[in-house]
Amino acid sequence: MNFVPLGYGDVAIAGVLVLANGLLSLWFALGLERQIAVATLRMVIQLVLVGLVLHALFNAVSPFWTLLAALVMIAFAGRESIARQERPFAGWWSYGLGTSTVMLAAGLVTVLALTTAVRPQPWYDPRFAIPLLGMILGNTMNGISLGLNTLTVGAARERNAIEARLALGATRWEAFSTVTRGALKSGMLPIINSMSATGLVALPGMMTGQILSGVAPEQAVKYQLLIMFLIAGSTALGSLAAVMLGASRLTDQRHRLRLDRLRPAR
Amino acid sequence: MVVSGPSGAGKSLLLRAIADLDPNEGEILLDDESREALPAPLWRRRVTYVAAESGWWADAVGAHFAHRDEAAALARSLGLPVACLDWPVARLSTGERQRLALLRALVQRPRALLLDEPTSGLDQNAAEAVETLLREALARGTTILMVSHDPAQAARLASRRLRVEAGRVWEERR
Repeated sequence: MNFVPLGYGDVAIAGVLVLANGLLSLWFALGLERQIAVATLRMVIQLVLVGLVLHALFNAVSPFWTLLAALVMIAFAGRESIARQERPFAGWWSYGLGTSTVMLAAGLVTVLALTTAVRPQPWYDPRFAIPLLGMILGNTMNGISLGLNTLTVGAARERNAIEARLALGATRWEAFSTVTRGALKSGMLPIINSMSATGLVALPGMMTGQILSGVAPEQAVKYQLLIMFLIAGSTALGSLAAVMLGASRLTDQRHRLRLDRLRPAR
Repeated sequence: MVVSGPSGAGKSLLLRAIADLDPNEGEILLDDESREALPAPLWRRRVTYVAAESGWWADAVGAHFAHRDEAAALARSLGLPVACLDWPVARLSTGERQRLALLRALVQRPRALLLDEPTSGLDQNAAEAVETLLREALARGTTILMVSHDPAQAARLASRRLRVEAGRVWEERR
């Protein structure tokens, strides 16, 4: 078994297939030609650039550049995690909450994996650190995004129920328990779904990638298992931190519900 | 004590502020003890606010009551069927919800009750049953501060009367 290197010419042959999308759009007057062209061009440019950046990073093996790349990735993940919230927090809290929790969870779990399971030399070797972090970030970001959205929407909708419990002398955590449980559930549901479906419905991209590059299937399976466990742990940790911090921001020291700390509904 | 005043004058806000449900300023004492000296949940157990339309956090009515027997006895005195504790909340009428929300607070035996229009949606019989229950609570030494739009009800229940209008609060004297 061996790895088959590709030239840009080989890729261009497959690229011709994208033209089929364009023709389809013209044929049925879908009006998508422009979007297809822009999306294709963006993908090509973004991936080629990422290839160059990774090439430079992998050659340097420098803790500084690796950390910088990781921080940039975390900053984008933080932004994405709060980009489509229905009721975001007001001010810097929205971005701050998303970024700090995604950094906490994905950072901890990635370092754990690098120092205990994978153990490259040195442990921060970007060839391992960056792809691992990327896979963990993507999933953790989803968990945090869903958890926070369910929390804030739930708090606004259940306002009367929460205040009724507070008025009867419940603590803010008791009053929020129904909403926080729902938020944690929705944060963790995607990873539970993908663990159940992995191997039956979907062959994970990383595993198929390793097999394509000549790794024996049982090794590729072990790597995939490792990744799924890391993702599950990071998603749980990230969702928990985001939902609990979010719930404490939605209340105050005197156990009041503070919906005024959300951005006004549109 | 009955609070009255035009709609939107801030009667509910006054009650919510006393219960410390909104950020507010001012000093409030209960039996010479300052509100800020107590943790907020403990304060609200002693000084309990019941909203005009209170919320429900579980599906079953009974799940909202820690002491079921006591709740059942009080429900009967308010003309509610005892079986209503087994109903889902969704089955309750507005008036039933209003009375059960009052019971929910009463069974905790607070020192003071802050009631926002406790009889507004009720027919005459139900309203009388609520008033009887409130008189019993007063006789036990419970302080009641309630919002009411009904001057006759105010005359029946109140020993002191507050008026809230145009951002000012004052005591009405007869």
